[in-house]
Amino acid sequence: MNLEAIGESLPSFVEGLQVTAILLAAALVLGLAAALPLAFARTSTRAWLSKPVWLFTYVIRGTPMLVQLFLLYYGLAQFEAVRESVAWPWLSSAWFCAIAAFAINTCAYTTEILAGALEATPAGEIEAARALGMGRATVMRRILLPSALRRAIPAYSNEAIMMLQGTSLASIVTLLDLTGAAREMNSRTYLPFEAFLTAAAFYLALTFALVSLFHLAERRWLAHLAPRR
Amino acid sequence: MLHGYAASLLEGTGLTLAVAAASLAIACVLGLATAAARLSGSRLARALGAAYTTVVRGVPDLVLMLLVFYGGQMAVNALAAQLGYEGFLDIDPFVAGIATIGFIFGAYLAETFRGAILAIPAGQREAGLAFGMGRLQVLLRITLPQMVRLALPGFTNNWLVLVKSTALVSIIGLNDMMQRAGQAAGATREPFTFYLAAAAIYLAITTVSLLALRALEKRYSLGVRLAR
Amino acid sequence: MATAPLALDVRDLHKRFGSHEVLKGVGLAAARGDVISLIGSSGSGKSTLLRCINLLEQPHAGRIALAGEELRLVADRDGSLKAADAGQLQRFRARLAMVFQHFNLWAHLTAIQNVMEAPVHVLGQPKAEAREKALAMLARVGVAHRRDHFPAHLSGGEQQRVAIARALAMEPEVMLFDEPTSALDPELVGEVLKVMRDLAAEGRTMVVVTHEMAFAREVSSQLVFLHDGRIEEQGDPRGVLANPSSERLRQFLAGSLK
Repeated sequence: MNLEAIGESLPSFVEGLQVTAILLAAALVLGLAAALPLAFARTSTRAWLSKPVWLFTYVIRGTPMLVQLFLLYYGLAQFEAVRESVAWPWLSSAWFCAIAAFAINTCAYTTEILAGALEATPAGEIEAARALGMGRATVMRRILLPSALRRAIPAYSNEAIMMLQGTSLASIVTLLDLTGAAREMNSRTYLPFEAFLTAAAFYLALTFALVSLFHLAERRWLAHLAPRR
Repeated sequence: MLHGYAASLLEGTGLTLAVAAASLAIACVLGLATAAARLSGSRLARALGAAYTTVVRGVPDLVLMLLVFYGGQMAVNALAAQLGYEGFLDIDPFVAGIATIGFIFGAYLAETFRGAILAIPAGQREAGLAFGMGRLQVLLRITLPQMVRLALPGFTNNWLVLVKSTALVSIIGLNDMMQRAGQAAGATREPFTFYLAAAAIYLAITTVSLLALRALEKRYSLGVRLAR
Repeated sequence: MATAPLALDVRDLHKRFGSHEVLKGVGLAAARGDVISLIGSSGSGKSTLLRCINLLEQPHAGRIALAGEELRLVADRDGSLKAADAGQLQRFRARLAMVFQHFNLWAHLTAIQNVMEAPVHVLGQPKAEAREKALAMLARVGVAHRRDHFPAHLSGGEQQRVAIARALAMEPEVMLFDEPTSALDPELVGEVLKVMRDLAAEGRTMVVVTHEMAFAREVSSQLVFLHDGRIEEQGDPRGVLANPSSERLRQFLAGSLK
């Protein structure tokens, strides 16, 4: 194991770490924000609301994220209208395409997770709120959403971790994230073990950090469901 | 519409399915072995099993694949050089692909199998023992049939994720569906068309898989009153 | 004059869980046709005693013999005793059938498949023969009409009767019953007790852990009262229940108003 080579490449790995972190944070925040209204639509009794959302999540979850990324990054260039549009500098940038693809992907999974959590709300809690005179918006805001968000934490933590690993696809569209740094080191030094094992170590550390964060979140927000001490 | 590349795409699809099937086979073997290890009495076995699952969950598929492909290539050639071989040995991307994906999903299947086995009520096994069945008999006639039923939902999920992850093997050069879509896209300057076609094919595969596995779940759940 | 060996001869069983001693030297002797009822409050060790007989629990000391054949035991890693010969244990268990409190019917098999399973795969009987026997046993306990149903679709009483048929199909020398009616709704207890009374009447050797005092008094040939891991009192049921000599038994009976 050539530790010297790793040491030399360490700065690029650290930069890659930053890229990975930004990609992950952006994707998760955007995805979650969009998933909130979508989850309510998904659980709605009105078919014109729930069916389109179901279709969206079904298609996104049924196709590889790589294809979704390529559709945005390579695919959009096919259309003259897109190429000539004002938005082209954005739409052709790797950063934009990667974050968009990741955000759309995690949005679909998160919508399903939240929808499941909403449906699992004990009917009695909703009834009690209505009986006390709460209007629909208030019930959604004060009872349904907080309760569902908490219930969703374990499943969402899995999704967040999967998305962390998923950000590695950004290296395929030229972004220098952790995986990109490793590929670059490999093509420069011909030391695949050193390069990819270093990247793996960084990812493991990030995963551990995420898992710990979610443990804390569970302890704090799922205390009401924990076994009695 | 597909400018005559339909045949090429279908050929690629065949290869994609082959990768998925072969990886699944490897993953099932690894998964059963690891589940057994994690449920065993040996602390070492349990620790190794847990380490395996942790590493797989904590490292991206792509990184593992590149490690196996480039690293494997280097290792194989270093070994060959030591043994006196002069040329350059290529690692088949198919082999690297199924080895990696099989390795990754072995860990996920292990969790699915382990959870399923733990969900079997203890009394089922006890009754088997009490009637004079040996441990192997109990495993084959009581534990495994019930494990299959309980594992089906998780297994379905694992399979669907596995199918989608095969797209990554195109990155290490396998001429699968993704590669061919890319080639067609390059030749015709219509990347959207061909990646959309690839997406449609994947969606078809996942849909058919889902329907088939749900039907299987129904059949296996005949003896169970599921809580709705 | 040579006497026939006891159908079941258990001596001086000791069992502890961690530091808590649950059985402190308990024995049981059943001649052929005996019906022994084990009673006692929860924690008295009666279920543990039963489960030690077929080694579902491993005792720390003691001897178990079936029709004169002694089960060979050796020390296990944790200090308890395990079977020296796995084959002998399996054969023992095949001669001792057990009926569990929670039925433990195999969920993935139908009623008739449950009854056939052990005769075919443990005793090596041909399937056709086992099937015929299974049908007969199911008819005997009154659930033949439910033979192709899965346990989940049977009532508690039906499940327990299938469990009894499953035990009978092995033609056991001794039948062990671990609180067979405790998990049943009150209306269903009767149908299971009736089957058990019939079995006793036809001369089966049975060891029954139970809370059903009427059954204990009217059907068993021997009553054993356990308290805190020891046999406090034992003897003829009617005598013991009418005039308990042990204070604890008096208290126990006062608590269970049967």
